[in-house]
Amino acid sequence: MSGTPLKDPLDLLDIASVLTGEEREIQATVAKFLADRVRPHIGEWFENAHFARELAPELGKLGVLGMHLEGYGCAGTNAVSYGLACLELEAADSGFRSFVSVQGSLSMFSIWKWGSQEQKQEWLPRLAAGEAIGCFGLTEPDFGSNPSGMRTKAVRDGDDWILNGSKMWITNGGIADVATVWAQTEDGVRGFLVPRGTPGFTTQDIKQKMSLRASITSELYFDQVRLPDSARLPLAEGLRGPLSCLNEARFGILFGVLGAARDSLQAAIGYADSRVQFGKPISAFQLTQKKLTDMTVSLGGAALLAVHLGRLKDQHRIRPEQISVGKLNNVREAIAIARECRTVLGANGVSLEYSPLRHANNLESVRTYEGTDEMHTLVVGQAITGYPAFR
Amino acid sequence: MNIVVLVKQVPDTSAERTLAGADHTLDRESADLVLDEIDERAAEEALTLKEDLGAEVTVVSMGPDAALEAIRKVLAMGADRGIHICDDGLRGADVVTTARVLAAAVRTVADVGLVLAGNATTDGQASAVPAMVADLLGLPQLTHARELNVDAGRVRAERETEHGETTLDAPLPALVSVTEKINEPRYPSFKGIMAAKKKPVETVGLDDLFPDADGTGFRTTRTRVVEAVPRPARVAGMRVTDDGSAGRRLVDHLIAQKLV
Repeated sequence: MSGTPLKDPLDLLDIASVLTGEEREIQATVAKFLADRVRPHIGEWFENAHFARELAPELGKLGVLGMHLEGYGCAGTNAVSYGLACLELEAADSGFRSFVSVQGSLSMFSIWKWGSQEQKQEWLPRLAAGEAIGCFGLTEPDFGSNPSGMRTKAVRDGDDWILNGSKMWITNGGIADVATVWAQTEDGVRGFLVPRGTPGFTTQDIKQKMSLRASITSELYFDQVRLPDSARLPLAEGLRGPLSCLNEARFGILFGVLGAARDSLQAAIGYADSRVQFGKPISAFQLTQKKLTDMTVSLGGAALLAVHLGRLKDQHRIRPEQISVGKLNNVREAIAIARECRTVLGANGVSLEYSPLRHANNLESVRTYEGTDEMHTLVVGQAITGYPAFR
Repeated sequence: MNIVVLVKQVPDTSAERTLAGADHTLDRESADLVLDEIDERAAEEALTLKEDLGAEVTVVSMGPDAALEAIRKVLAMGADRGIHICDDGLRGADVVTTARVLAAAVRTVADVGLVLAGNATTDGQASAVPAMVADLLGLPQLTHARELNVDAGRVRAERETEHGETTLDAPLPALVSVTEKINEPRYPSFKGIMAAKKKPVETVGLDDLFPDADGTGFRTTRTRVVEAVPRPARVAGMRVTDDGSAGRRLVDHLIAQKLV
């Protein structure tokens, strides 16, 4: 009696069969890069709270940064390819996927979508190449799910703006060369590009995190920061500006978390095959098989949902509540899988030598940022009933 | 100047590889097929030379339909065009046939300054094809290169084998086979992957390459695999507890295994 464990749990449903050759190649390229450059070190980086900034230009060279945007040095892939890249990045670590999400979907997308020609020319090629790093300041210490209450304020002073306030939980904040900052103005919410080194703009990294340790999270402070009007994103008016960016990033997340789940499951399947108790591998026991089956089934469903949403996005007909379905379901399933995989690994599961608990810890952040489970539940609830229950 | 790179699609060395069918050819159905890792380095070397010298790179591969993926990968890395030699008559081709076919394909490319190949592929490991192709084309052959320089119409290669190191120098055109030490291949960029789809790949068969051949003889490959058995599974080692006689027992064992 001997078994040959499935190498990739997504192969059970032959998920690759719904992808194009180009999509598979892009995915395989990212996977190879991460296997060479990130995976051998990620446990150590997580433990030491180290973000490998030197990889940014390499990711830029591959074309990962802002890959789904057109022009300005961006690769211009379709949405599904972007999702698959996020999947592989998050299979290595959610911290890397977070870096790429913020760089491409929040920082770059905000400039690409709402910026002036001059702003695009100045920042997008450098951000795409990974020579410059971007961040995105929307959340504040007291305003997370309800960004409309933000206290960061920009007021006119002659032709300039004076920016005051602070932003919290900002990925890449401490290393960013440019911050997209959202602030209240007389005319509602507006976005500003604040370069690093602007007088009055300081950052402080948030230490002692138990999640996303291989990624930098910071607080941004703005104390009488003077900005020319050319720093304002001219096309962004109101909360629609930042929310459009969040939809981009959430799309990356609903694909990305599949990677964390797949990697956890691969670790669990491999471990269960080699761990012998009572004279046989624990993968031959019914209780372990039930765990592995339930997880593989839920991962397959989540993957099909992600590809479906990707196809809708590529047809330019995806709706925000559909992205909410994907983010809500896939992160929820992924964290459940990562935690369950830890149980398959027994005591070894608490060691950084194995990925599931690291993934589970990372996913705690992923579950909260870019819209909590609760907010996405209510977005979907409103789509079903017509009642906005969060106001 | 044109640089031609010869590449092969092979089963992934990290996965289980099996032979199938009465002719004991590779079971492609069950294998993960990839661009051979040494050939990938030959491609990298060609692309570096392309950037330095402004050459065009043509990638040539012989293999079934799926081998197109290996060609596309090199195109994604930056090569300009491909030639895919695909013909049912080449199933199970031996090294001589392979070399003749590859040489014929190289002849269809104009202004060839350099032909590059891996010094061996990780599946067959015959390590004979590059030298044979060079011979058939009448080119100087610089094999097992771990370093390569092209300058002023000449090529210089640092050749490294288990027998030692030599520096080889030859006029262009020439054929160079490279070892896995020569470079670290680049990752194809996303732009490269997307552009590769639009690059020209010519598919040719035996009739195209050998319009005047009568077929018999040439198309019959000269060798065939008569029998193949998997390597026996590894058995547990022998434990020798030292009661004073361990040294002698160890030597007895090595002698019995004909290892000393």
